[in-house]
Amino acid sequence: MKVCATLPETLTSIPVSQVTSINQNAYPDALPNFRNLGTMLRILVSVNAMGFAAALLKAPTGHGFMQEFMEIAAVIQPVLLISLLLLYALHRPLARLPYATGIAAVLLLELILTTMTYWFGGTKADNIDMGAISRYWIFGLGVTGVLLGYFNLRSRALSPALSEARLQALQARIRPHFLFNSINAVLSLIRANPKRAEQALEDMADLFRVLMADNRQLSPLQREVQLCRQYLQLEQLRLGERLKVEWHTDNMPPDALVPPLVLQPLLENAVYHGIEPLAAPGIISINIFKHHDEVHMVLRNPYQPDGDRHGGNKMALNNIRERLALHFDAEGRLESKISDDIYQVHITIPFVVTT
Amino acid sequence: MSNLPLKIVIVDDEIPARNRLRDLLQDCAEEISLEVVGEASNGLEALALLQSCPADVALLDIRMPEMDGLELAQHLHKLSAPPAIIFTTAYDAHAIQAFEVHAVDYLLKPIRQARLMEALTRIDTAIPPPQEAALRQLRPRPRTHLSVHERDRIRLIPASDVVYLRAELKYVTIRTHEKEHLLEESLIRLEEEFGERFIRIHRSCLVAKDRIAGFEKTPEENGEARWVVLLRGVEEKLPVSRRQLHIVRELGRG
Repeated sequence: MKVCATLPETLTSIPVSQVTSINQNAYPDALPNFRNLGTMLRILVSVNAMGFAAALLKAPTGHGFMQEFMEIAAVIQPVLLISLLLLYALHRPLARLPYATGIAAVLLLELILTTMTYWFGGTKADNIDMGAISRYWIFGLGVTGVLLGYFNLRSRALSPALSEARLQALQARIRPHFLFNSINAVLSLIRANPKRAEQALEDMADLFRVLMADNRQLSPLQREVQLCRQYLQLEQLRLGERLKVEWHTDNMPPDALVPPLVLQPLLENAVYHGIEPLAAPGIISINIFKHHDEVHMVLRNPYQPDGDRHGGNKMALNNIRERLALHFDAEGRLESKISDDIYQVHITIPFVVTT
Repeated sequence: MSNLPLKIVIVDDEIPARNRLRDLLQDCAEEISLEVVGEASNGLEALALLQSCPADVALLDIRMPEMDGLELAQHLHKLSAPPAIIFTTAYDAHAIQAFEVHAVDYLLKPIRQARLMEALTRIDTAIPPPQEAALRQLRPRPRTHLSVHERDRIRLIPASDVVYLRAELKYVTIRTHEKEHLLEESLIRLEEEFGERFIRIHRSCLVAKDRIAGFEKTPEENGEARWVVLLRGVEEKLPVSRRQLHIVRELGRG
């Protein structure tokens, strides 16, 4: 972490070789996760786009273009679909190989698939046109290489974002308003109820330990929920009767892995924008359940139409969205909506557990 | 206020925060003569409390439900003997910056006893209370309520109840669907503040946009026709001036 935060200043004083070795330690090269929906979509879209471009280049006229594209598609589509299936199936063994061997294996796989498709599916199968097949080889290898390069660059580009997001998270998370009001509340307890003050300080210590930890790795849902309960206890201390909390966690998978601090900032927003502007008691409800290999987390709180600036809320939502994208790509979603004076945030992530 | 105890009111929506202030004031009481005469949990309660039980000092939290501390301070100005105001806040970068600019007294939570003591003793040497203009700047959002004098008391009228505001000679008449009240403020200032809610239909009249039922053309005595505004909940029809005729087109449902 520190490495990446201070890199710009120290770059000049460290020999280049050392810098790259630090980089490699922080973000090891790896094949993309072929089982991720986002990865598959990216492959599908880019291969088709490249096939389209190739047809466009080859075709002399608009009419000939369609024919070219169909011809290219006849080879590309089977290769593409079989590749996706095989890569899905082989994801684990491939991931275990060293990066270079993994790349070679994928390239070889594509080469074989292209040849086989050309051989069995091609219209001119009886006489092998070495010129045509080698063009498909070049195309196949080129596309695969470009895509693997793209995924590698993408993960490199996003990895620092993960750590950056952590820093950003830290700043956005601790609302100074909450910190100082909580300290004030604890101070008020020390004389009258020292036991309760002790417990509050312990909760605060736990909360800040997580806030300040390295939060790049996924952690069990159970832990996040525990943290949220401690956070809400602190808020309860200040708000008393005004804050009512309803937990629905009967169908929660406790060992599901989630990005740390995925819920706590949302609860903080719920208290700040939903409960504090209300004089009457308000309810925050948290519903967590597993459905079809997905974990759903639904948060509801009273909505205040003329409550003040929602900038903070938007920032927290974007922050969480970004982290969901970093961890789960297209499979992690965050949706928010307002209906009947209730503000709702719905997070969906794939169900993952430690193996 | 030589030997009489300093009468203090605590206004904060969080019970622990009020308790903490009471503890601290108790500590201060060992050195200066003071007395906590009441507590309130929001601006509305505080205004009611301060009218029945006048105080020398009001310790006001800024962020509170119903009515916040900054708006409360604006209404308190209308009391015959307004209390000195000390704002308390845990964190509000925007307000703190403004307090510094306008030399408004404020305490940061958690509050230190020494700092509280200093603020209270300074009141004895009479520092000027925050000016209304300064308070308005501090709180750029429109007030939730308008305050009018009624038989030596301050009456609060929720801004959402107002149907229209009409300038008279020295006053502005506030029309709600049940009553009329007189307000000592200028229509121009009110238009600036409540521009979101009201629209000017005439040199001397602002109408709540959501109370406009429609427009109607009525013949005048001199033969010319004139547009009037029809209102929801009030029988009266208000004339639209020639200058403001464009609003008939813009809001036109008549």
